[in-house]
Amino acid sequence: MKIALLGNPNTGKSSVFNMLTGLRQQVGNFPGVTVDKRVGEFSTPKATHQLIDFPGSYSLYARSLDEQIVEDIMSDSSHLDYPHAVIYVADAANLERNLLFFSQIYDLGLPCILLLNMVDRAQKKGILINEGLLQEAFPNAHIIRSNARIGFGKNRIIEAIELLSDAGQKEKSLRQFEFLSNAQSQQKDTEARLEKIRNLGLIQQSNLNGPKQAKTLDKILTHPVYGYFIFAILLLIIFQFIFSFATIPMDFIDAQFVRLSLWSSAVLPDGLLSDLISQGLIPGIGGVLVFVPQIAILFLFISLLEESGYLSRVVFIMDRLMRPFGLNGKSVVPLLSSVACAIPGIMSARTISDWKERLTTIFVAPFMSCSARIPVYTLLINLVIPSKYLWGFLSLQGLVLFGLYTLGIVFALGTAALLKLLVKRKNQGFHLMELPDYKAPRFNNVLITVFEKVKIFILDAGKIIIAISIILWGLATFGPSSRDQHLEQLKQSAVYQSAQISEQESLEKSLLLSESYIGHFGKWLEPAIQPLGYDWKIGVALLSSFAAREVFVGSLATIYSVGDDNDNQRRLIEKLKYERNEQGKPVYSLATGLSLLIFYVFAMQCMATLAVVKRETNGWKWPIIQLIYMGTVAYLCAFITFQFLS
Amino acid sequence: MPQTLDSILLDQLVEIVAITENAISPKLIELGMTKGQKIKAVFKAPFGDPIAYELNGNLISMRKEEAQQIEVILS
Repeated sequence: MKIALLGNPNTGKSSVFNMLTGLRQQVGNFPGVTVDKRVGEFSTPKATHQLIDFPGSYSLYARSLDEQIVEDIMSDSSHLDYPHAVIYVADAANLERNLLFFSQIYDLGLPCILLLNMVDRAQKKGILINEGLLQEAFPNAHIIRSNARIGFGKNRIIEAIELLSDAGQKEKSLRQFEFLSNAQSQQKDTEARLEKIRNLGLIQQSNLNGPKQAKTLDKILTHPVYGYFIFAILLLIIFQFIFSFATIPMDFIDAQFVRLSLWSSAVLPDGLLSDLISQGLIPGIGGVLVFVPQIAILFLFISLLEESGYLSRVVFIMDRLMRPFGLNGKSVVPLLSSVACAIPGIMSARTISDWKERLTTIFVAPFMSCSARIPVYTLLINLVIPSKYLWGFLSLQGLVLFGLYTLGIVFALGTAALLKLLVKRKNQGFHLMELPDYKAPRFNNVLITVFEKVKIFILDAGKIIIAISIILWGLATFGPSSRDQHLEQLKQSAVYQSAQISEQESLEKSLLLSESYIGHFGKWLEPAIQPLGYDWKIGVALLSSFAAREVFVGSLATIYSVGDDNDNQRRLIEKLKYERNEQGKPVYSLATGLSLLIFYVFAMQCMATLAVVKRETNGWKWPIIQLIYMGTVAYLCAFITFQFLS
Repeated sequence: MPQTLDSILLDQLVEIVAITENAISPKLIELGMTKGQKIKAVFKAPFGDPIAYELNGNLISMRKEEAQQIEVILS
């Protein structure tokens, strides 16, 4: 049987889903939109059933992207995802409001189970539900009490499903629900339903005052001073994990893939296939997996904060600040995550239910300076900014770094404000949100979220990343036939013959790269990037660092035939400092250096981000617009910087 | 004297008397904001916006402009 899991947000729906299916679940998108569709399987003694987790909604009449899915599918009985039965999850502590959506579903005439979930919390609040009256009001529903977070109620659900599938399609109850198209009549119907539910008198004792503790906690966490302070501390801890601790597994993954690549090139017979595998495919896969620690850590924290109920308080205190930019409080987490890495940042934008606000957030997130820009920033700052102190204590280099980060934030928010003006919207954005009760996070739910996000990234974005990295590898490895002649000339030259073997290798590598297709492309591009202060060598490094920004450093090292490792970074800087152009002036002047720094603040030099944007916006349109927009901003700002300073 | 929901004092219990009809009013109703419902403001975000309201033991956060559509009287 195909069973739909429906219910309001914050009713523990995903706990129910995890309780029934465990790890037998897959995440995809609902057709045509980027809304998570979780599908899982579970077995009753006689059969295996498919469970589809629908987005949490308050009504069959949609007000958001998420709710639209539910309306579209539930109003079309020929839809592929239209269920045979429904498990409706209701928050027992909040029954009357939860019954509104249930009464609509009930009237669709589908066999259904009504789960009174989180019964423990209802008890704590002193709420007693008259189940007899409830059963009278919905005679065809199976009513079950549950507490999915501790696995209570699972057996009774499975028994009820068994009963439903035995009864099968024989007894179809009457369909009494008519979809009303007019907003006014929808509202009338909703009011009538609520009225009816209230008059049932289901709740025997209700306690209007929530627990005192929670209120005190809320007053602290949303306080104008402590609220922001606590959020800042939490961010500091999260970033600490990402910047310091994520690098350990990242370096490990990196090292293993370097070893694998060396091993495969030693084992495989020499030739194109060996090169493709050891230099194209293996580093490509490594380039995907290296993001996994950051994604996993970030989503670990995000889902811990979300499960605990704290995240909605962050949204609450940030909403006013984000509104002038056409964003809402929910954009804060994606944007701040992007300071670590835009990939998990963009993936976490899914919580924004308004499509325009989500798109804006995704569009501007890569402007935030991510951790991959740091190696580029460090190299260039060391190269062109003197290590002087302003007024004796303010490091000039540190100041420039700070300026680069600020510039990214300013352009992210500025672009958002621009989009607010340009993109017309049908309906006005709103902020109506429940602030759920605080509760201890269930580690099980958190781990499943982390696992799913990592899986989505590897499977969906991974393919694109590997394809682009193989293309880039091909362009950097192959060259026109003239390259062999140049190589011969090099080998005859006096410099080469007097050099040591390791230097000879560096010289060869440098020549092979500069005479490759990417090298020729760089030279062909030179007239276009000259106004920015770049020569063709920088052009080649720019092109190859489209794979990922940090590749810029390695590419420069190869072109200038300096080995690329930490000991050699100083040698690279020395070499770059003495690099002269045709007029005998330094290539890496202050103007060129700053222009390059500005370029890296703005340009979308990251294929992994593009791949993730493509997944999250369901097509190539937005990633391409983003690539062009960011490239244009980068080019213009770098141009202005160079022309102004030289 | 009816007031709008955004202007009430914290911890003051009020009763909803009317909701302006527009694109988001059905959403307000779905969240339980119907005529006769008791509601109170419990805390505000920095800058006084949005505001968290308590009704039926739930906390709902609303922007000022949304709360402006709800007319209430002291209860």
